[in-house]
Amino acid sequence: MLVNNFLLLGAVLFCIGVYGVIVRKNAVLVLMSIELILNSVNINLLAFDQMHGNNDGGVFALYIIAVAAAEVGVGLAMVLLIFRNRKTISLDDLSEMKG
Amino acid sequence: MLASDIQVAQNIGFGIIAAIMILGALRVVTSSNVVHAALSLVAVMAGAAAQYLLLAAEFVAVTQVLVYIGAVMVLFLFGVMLTRAKLGKDVDLNNDKGWMLGAPVALLMLGVMAYVLIDGFEDTKLPAGAVAKIGAAQNNALSDKIFSAYALPFWALSFVLLAAVIGAIVLARKD
Repeated sequence: MLVNNFLLLGAVLFCIGVYGVIVRKNAVLVLMSIELILNSVNINLLAFDQMHGNNDGGVFALYIIAVAAAEVGVGLAMVLLIFRNRKTISLDDLSEMKG
Repeated sequence: MLASDIQVAQNIGFGIIAAIMILGALRVVTSSNVVHAALSLVAVMAGAAAQYLLLAAEFVAVTQVLVYIGAVMVLFLFGVMLTRAKLGKDVDLNNDKGWMLGAPVALLMLGVMAYVLIDGFEDTKLPAGAVAKIGAAQNNALSDKIFSAYALPFWALSFVLLAAVIGAIVLARKD
């Protein structure tokens, strides 16, 4: 199989994820789009792993999965906190940090 | 070129799974129903696990199923539930005119990346018979890597997970 099959699939998923991060307003859906991006990176890493024939890419992929799990846990806790204080998770309404 | 060089079965499998993943991903970013978006994300994750198997990374594939489909998706569904998202259609999920910024950015990135990848890797092939290598020997090599060369990041990662768990509890509990 061509290594480009997997790399292009990763690129397509990455761009769809970026589109989702820009377009979505609901915080939970933005987190889902970030998961799409992380998954596309994992596909790339494993394709390069297979291309070079050592296991480094697999180790990186496992670490990315673990970091992504931590990120979702903290992210959803923050979304929950925002919802509790503001009764909304629309990212447009969170503009306190705008200068 | 021999028939075994083309790997027809793997390529057909790759194409079908890739199509499912891309359609699922598009539904994640366009669906007007939060729960449908979450379930489409499950399809993408499962497809990714299948692609990892095609890349002969069985341990990563199993971890993907356990962590992403098992744990992360449950977290997402809890998030949807606890933030009381509408269970039916919801028109207020997207930025107004967001696609006018998002679509050009995404298409431009896709164009640049596709050009670079096609120009850079042309028809570089993965080693043949990769899927046949799946087995205990490969998992042994992977775990050897994790606990030797990459032991320090592994150690740091356990602290990251611990901090995330404690942080999530601190953030989400009611005082």
